[in-house]
Amino acid sequence: MSMSATRIGAVIRKELAEFRRNRFILTTTAIFPIVFLVSPTAQILAIKTTALSTVLERRVQTGLFLPLLIPVFVPAILAAYAVVGEREQGTLEPVLTTPVSRLEFLLGKAAAIFLPAIAISYLMFGVFVAITQFAATPAVATAVLHAPQLPAALVFVPLLAAWAIWVGLAISARATDTRVAQQLSILGSLPPVAVTALMSFDVISPTFTVAAALAGGLLVIDVLACFAVARVFDRERLITGTKPTAEQRYRVRGA
Amino acid sequence: MSGPSSSPTRPPQAAPAETAAAAIEVSHLTKVFGSRTAVADVSFSVARGEVFGFLGPNGAGKTTTVRILGTLIAPTSGTAVVAGLPLGPASAAEIRQHISIMPEAPGLYRRLTVNENLDYFARLYGLPRRQQRISEALAAVGLADRAHDLTGSLSKGLRQRAALARTLLNDPSVMFLDEPTSGLDPVASHEVQVLITSLRDRGVTVFLTTHRLDEAERLCDRVAIMSTSLRTIGRPAELREALFSRSLAIATAAPLAQPDQVFTGLPSVRGWHATSPAATSPANYVLAVTDPARAAPPVTRALVAAGADVLSIAEPQHTLEDVYLELVEDTEGRTR
Repeated sequence: MSMSATRIGAVIRKELAEFRRNRFILTTTAIFPIVFLVSPTAQILAIKTTALSTVLERRVQTGLFLPLLIPVFVPAILAAYAVVGEREQGTLEPVLTTPVSRLEFLLGKAAAIFLPAIAISYLMFGVFVAITQFAATPAVATAVLHAPQLPAALVFVPLLAAWAIWVGLAISARATDTRVAQQLSILGSLPPVAVTALMSFDVISPTFTVAAALAGGLLVIDVLACFAVARVFDRERLITGTKPTAEQRYRVRGA
Repeated sequence: MSGPSSSPTRPPQAAPAETAAAAIEVSHLTKVFGSRTAVADVSFSVARGEVFGFLGPNGAGKTTTVRILGTLIAPTSGTAVVAGLPLGPASAAEIRQHISIMPEAPGLYRRLTVNENLDYFARLYGLPRRQQRISEALAAVGLADRAHDLTGSLSKGLRQRAALARTLLNDPSVMFLDEPTSGLDPVASHEVQVLITSLRDRGVTVFLTTHRLDEAERLCDRVAIMSTSLRTIGRPAELREALFSRSLAIATAAPLAQPDQVFTGLPSVRGWHATSPAATSPANYVLAVTDPARAAPPVTRALVAAGADVLSIAEPQHTLEDVYLELVEDTEGRTR
């Protein structure tokens, strides 16, 4: 059976409708962006006109790094809830009895998390840059706008979000408890952040070539992670909690 | 709830498995989880348009069998055909298109309305004219006026009905219903039973898992009793006859002076025993007979000739529950 845009769309639509009515999800998606926006903004605005250029540079680097945690933490938490949450509600089994394939189901779940996570992340970056341009000293405003970390950060937002989503979904497919899944998911989504942190703090110089190479590598990892998660997503394990043998497992894609 | 208002009992008809093509064909199905065998070498077939009762105690392997036939889990060994398609990875998605499964828990998204829940599933099935199908399904279970209520605000019984509406959406040829009347009041249960009967009349095969033996007896053309392996299968009446010898129960106002002389040698009577202590009134006797209808008239005449005041003479009615208890207790006794 071929991949169906209707079924993927159905999953996205349902997920977004549930997010809108889930206070826990709404609170989580609100708290992290606010924290990671307020802290760097306050630091940037606190810089005095007499500040040394090294201090200014460090503050700008920190200011552009912290919002990068938004596309990591928000999707990690949403993705961790995605499968185990359905199991806890008892809704997973009825869904798995429909013709939806595991890849369609996972792509729908991932897209429903990806879209709001990206929108929130870019919005927060936009708000951060706008505040610095209007409220910070001219030197700080110029430093933020011309920092090489800014375009790099914008490129890495979707890549980091995708990684966090696949890690979260993989953990969610195996976990039996939502809270544990969310904690593990946050931990699992952090490794690529280390690379962006090294770039943000100039340990790795954020030249176009370096940023493009790292982004390309992360993109490949994200695509591979998608298929790896689809393999982990086993109907029998999800329903019964036991792993089928290799001979028993329905290994055909889409089954 | 709309739909036929007739009583949901089975009309007499030929054994479906013998007269129609099989909707489900199971051959030597086995499922092992680690060291525990959940289903052992089970074989049976279910005809198209048959209501098939699948009974057994908790942990007997009923749900595992349904999950295997619903392509949710793979068998350890054995084969099956569901909705005309061989069970296996290549046909799993197509089988799911033609069947529907209602698990024991309704499994509805409590933050979505009934309509939104059904719309989600209608989209997953890729159904055309979704809203019309949803309206029809809701009307069939009597939930049309609750379509825009959040499922979390519904009672357990109404959620059960909404889950039943979900299983009707894709117009399945085979429906697996796990305890569909669990949590429903008697009126709602009756309405679900009427719905199941109307589905059978439309040619839908219903695979009904239930603990309500009276319900199974009323609705099912045939029943199977499971306890890891298949203990028995057949029409409820056939199972009763196979398991319990036929008899006549007699009550007289006073004990017979010479019961042996009265009962011995009568046509169709194979033996007798008293079920009440000697010299107690009224007195009760059970006669083992080959044909109760043939035995009753000569027995009555013999009793009258012997001067007995006959209070009652009748064939004891064994229920499906008697069959079930006999088989399950026998299995559990042997296990112990």
